[in-house]
Amino acid sequence: MLTLECPYCGLMADETELSPGYEAHLKRFGPASSPEEFEAYMFARKNPKGVHFERWRHSYGCGKWFLAARCTATLEVFGTYPAQVGEPPADIIAKIQARRPEWKAGWQPDGKDTK
Amino acid sequence: MKRYSVFAIAREALRYHTGWERAWRSPEPKASYDAIVVGAGGHGLATAYYLGKNYGITNVAIIEKGWLGGGNTGRNTTIIRSNYLQDSSAAIYEKARSLYETMSQDLNYNVMFSPRGVMMLAQTHHEVRGYLRTAHANALQGIVTEFITPQRVKELCPILNIDGPRYPVLGALWQPRGGTGRHDAVAWGYARACSAMGMDIIQNCEVKGVRSENGVVTGVDTTKGFIGTKKLGMVVAGHSGQLAEMAGFRLPIEAVALQALVSEPIKPCMDVVVMANTVHGYMSQSDKGEMVIGGGTDGFNNYTQRGSFHHIEETLRALVETFPMISRLKMLRQWGGIVDMTGDRSPLISKTPLGNCFINCGWGTGGFKAIPGSGWAMAELMAKGEPGPLAEAFNMWRFKEGQFIDESVAAGVAH
Repeated sequence: MLTLECPYCGLMADETELSPGYEAHLKRFGPASSPEEFEAYMFARKNPKGVHFERWRHSYGCGKWFLAARCTATLEVFGTYPAQVGEPPADIIAKIQARRPEWKAGWQPDGKDTK
Repeated sequence: MKRYSVFAIAREALRYHTGWERAWRSPEPKASYDAIVVGAGGHGLATAYYLGKNYGITNVAIIEKGWLGGGNTGRNTTIIRSNYLQDSSAAIYEKARSLYETMSQDLNYNVMFSPRGVMMLAQTHHEVRGYLRTAHANALQGIVTEFITPQRVKELCPILNIDGPRYPVLGALWQPRGGTGRHDAVAWGYARACSAMGMDIIQNCEVKGVRSENGVVTGVDTTKGFIGTKKLGMVVAGHSGQLAEMAGFRLPIEAVALQALVSEPIKPCMDVVVMANTVHGYMSQSDKGEMVIGGGTDGFNNYTQRGSFHHIEETLRALVETFPMISRLKMLRQWGGIVDMTGDRSPLISKTPLGNCFINCGWGTGGFKAIPGSGWAMAELMAKGEPGPLAEAFNMWRFKEGQFIDESVAAGVAH
């Protein structure tokens, strides 16, 4: 069973007390955007086989939304962090790079920030 | 290809079965083909088969990363039905169901299609209304379904508990011509027929890149080297996103794990397929006697072909309530498959931003039933370069246009 540490209440939460929220760090587009931008925001998910950043909610605990860095190919969890950030914290990036040296940093849906 | 028949069995019995030939060849890839289909699962093999049968295109390679039929084709619960709400879904699933009826004769391979009837239980008043609406829609679409009473449900499936404490059965949507098939045989039958037409099925050959010139596909880089092609069909459920990335575009798809399990074999006790979508479980009995049970999907992206254990617990809890007699049955095997989920839970059979590159994916949790119809529509798309009436609505640009084929509200996972 997937177990994530809630960065707010500090509990190790089992999957059964969490609700998944899929891809994190999405840039939101509203009614004034182009159809292409809105479609990409709504539907075109990164869906990577490997390192992925996700939203989760500790719904049967403290109720807070948080973010997690996880590997979709092995189910390894790299770490969790609060949701009020624009990009993953440096320590999470360092942890991922230590475990996945071939990983190219990138978490924006359009991949334009890939370094 | 030597035909399978009762005479062939008699002939081989007389010579100790020394004369059976291999069902399909395993050749090395040629330098180039008229068309390449990536993915030798049911949908990919069906695509290649109808390319040859309907359009005479036989200079075709089917490239497979693992072994033939080793993905979701070998991992599903083999249910075949077409009782969908939306017209475009109903059309392609009904085409598929009707092709299943004659598939064994068409392929000269017994796919054990068993039109035993599929029953979808209505256990809330909302579901009753939903299924009545589907039954009316099906009547207009020319698909034989019927909303039946709880008493008729009990007659058709005596082991069902229709007076459940939480969710008594209020009726059911009954499709008498739905049923099950032998999933492996579908892949093997198509593979044998494709090979007999001169197509090359290349197993253990992974696509590593897609090459193009001036926006038109020219071939694929594989673990067995570069293979050129004029047309490319991607039919790789689970890994559609990875292949699309190689071709330079993104899909409205997320990969999640879906689980299934089977019990120890028991004597025949149910001769229909029962789906209970409110409590979430579905069950049928295989010819070997195992109860074949479909579970749920996980709510997160996953490529590991194994799912979360608590989903199995939920499914079995629901089924024990629905079928009390299975409470002491032992479960033999449990497995997971990676399914493509689209935003509207309907598939993509579509042209792509890359020229002469076509995609067939997004069948979500219900791809097996669609195999022949999907192959039929995909072959038309690849052969003509434009979608036919079956595939037209399933283009990948419908998400931008807002023209969803929404099957998710009516059905949940088992859509």
